[in-house]
Amino acid sequence: MGERAAGAVEGIDTSVEAVFREERGRLLAALVHRFGDLDLAEDVTSEAIEAALQTWPVDGVPTRPGAWLLTTARRRAVDRLRRDQAYAARLAVLQAEADRADPAPPADGDGLPDERLALFFTCTHPALAADDRGALILRCLAGLTTPEVARAFLVPPATMAQRIVRAKKKIRAARIPFRVPGADELPDRLPGVLQVLYSIFTEGYAASSGPRLQRLDLAEEAIRLARILRRLLPAEPEVAGLLGLMLLVHARRDARTGPDGELVLLDDQDRGCWDRSMIEEGRSLVVVALTGGPPGPYGVQAAIAALHDEAADVATTDWPQIVALYDVLLGLVASPVVAVNRAVAVAMRDGPEAGLQLLDALADDPRLRTHHPYAAARAELLRELGRLAEAAVAYREALELVGSAPERAYLQRMLGSVES
Amino acid sequence: MKYMLLIYPPRMTDASDSACTPPAIEEWMLFDKTIKDAGVVVSDAALQDPTVATTVRVGNSGERTVTDGPFAETRELIGGFYVVDVPNLDVALDWAARCPGSQAGGTIEVRPVADFEQG
Repeated sequence: MGERAAGAVEGIDTSVEAVFREERGRLLAALVHRFGDLDLAEDVTSEAIEAALQTWPVDGVPTRPGAWLLTTARRRAVDRLRRDQAYAARLAVLQAEADRADPAPPADGDGLPDERLALFFTCTHPALAADDRGALILRCLAGLTTPEVARAFLVPPATMAQRIVRAKKKIRAARIPFRVPGADELPDRLPGVLQVLYSIFTEGYAASSGPRLQRLDLAEEAIRLARILRRLLPAEPEVAGLLGLMLLVHARRDARTGPDGELVLLDDQDRGCWDRSMIEEGRSLVVVALTGGPPGPYGVQAAIAALHDEAADVATTDWPQIVALYDVLLGLVASPVVAVNRAVAVAMRDGPEAGLQLLDALADDPRLRTHHPYAAARAELLRELGRLAEAAVAYREALELVGSAPERAYLQRMLGSVES
Repeated sequence: MKYMLLIYPPRMTDASDSACTPPAIEEWMLFDKTIKDAGVVVSDAALQDPTVATTVRVGNSGERTVTDGPFAETRELIGGFYVVDVPNLDVALDWAARCPGSQAGGTIEVRPVADFEQG
């Protein structure tokens, strides 16, 4: 621990939480790798951070805070294992098997190994319940507390605590490993990780329920996690694609809601409010994502978002190119939701009649029956075609399915406009 | 770490609905040889047809009820199992995925075996 950087003490109480959030995931991952047990790692991570909060303001911040935290946490873990021999014996077995399965990776530049990638794969393991993966990743890698995770998913803290306990129990009891999948497994496993990050983002972008349309904190956590993943997997184009997609969509956040939180559609957004530097960063990631190999679904979606962001208005948007990209996307993921988006783009290129025909052709797909954007898109096109009675029916369908208050208010407004 | 791979063959209705053909006996023999050569199998068995199963229940007062057939409330019926000893769930899932029992409409449930000594 030795040297101290004096003078860094000032303002520590306001900045520590942010510093530790970033550090927490890294520390936790290193300890999980060392001791093979998520509960023990979480406990000693918290203890080390608490110790730092007590001693750093007095003694100064150590020159290598990360190393200080890791050393402190390791000592606490070793102390605990000394006190609890049975636990230690169990962990020794775990550790031996972990070594057998997966030799330790090399440390990075500052001497501290970054084991977070393994933790990304553990938290998003397909053997965990889909709902629990997002919760675990926010808890373990974004460094949110359990009440914060509960707020993120709009559930009571006790419910979230139970879910996290259940997920951790499954990890321990079924021995879901803390390991980075081999290159041969990556194509199978990486999409699952990206899916979890993207669903955190989309919940932040358009909340499925609640009073607010956007939950920017959640979208920003997803972006932060995607940035970490991008640093850990710099050669994976789809990670670049996902981060690019998030940035290109998030760049419009200030224009997506009006002063009272109401929904503002793309047509009516003040594009001057779009975050230019975020768009630039997103565009450069699109280039990375679509270079040097077959395109992946996130790269293509990012390219579509980039075309929207580059256009001065809806009329001059490059709709033919967007339709072409949706064609590529449909070839990669045969999803009816993509088909709906493509139909809307076709309507912009060829007129509402053409888009409506495509939407109507999807009417029998059971996966769209609970998808309110499908009904809402039909309603808009019917309204543009002057078929107001049918539009009203479609708006009512969408209203039955929609979750967040601002989207509901928008649809209600539109329903009123076609009924009057 | 020991896991049981519980093998559920496709139900007959499923098999006739989908055009999938059940794995050939040669596939099973090849898999069986592969997994046993790998030295991970603790025990294994293929079960006879569920129509020759018998179900036993003992009531609170000790009376025994014996009925013909498998446990009636189970929709899926186990056709056989392997118990494997492997480092972690990923390895167990890999073996399950390679097993013909998880293919062509079949399903394998991977369940950790309880170890009371390690607590």
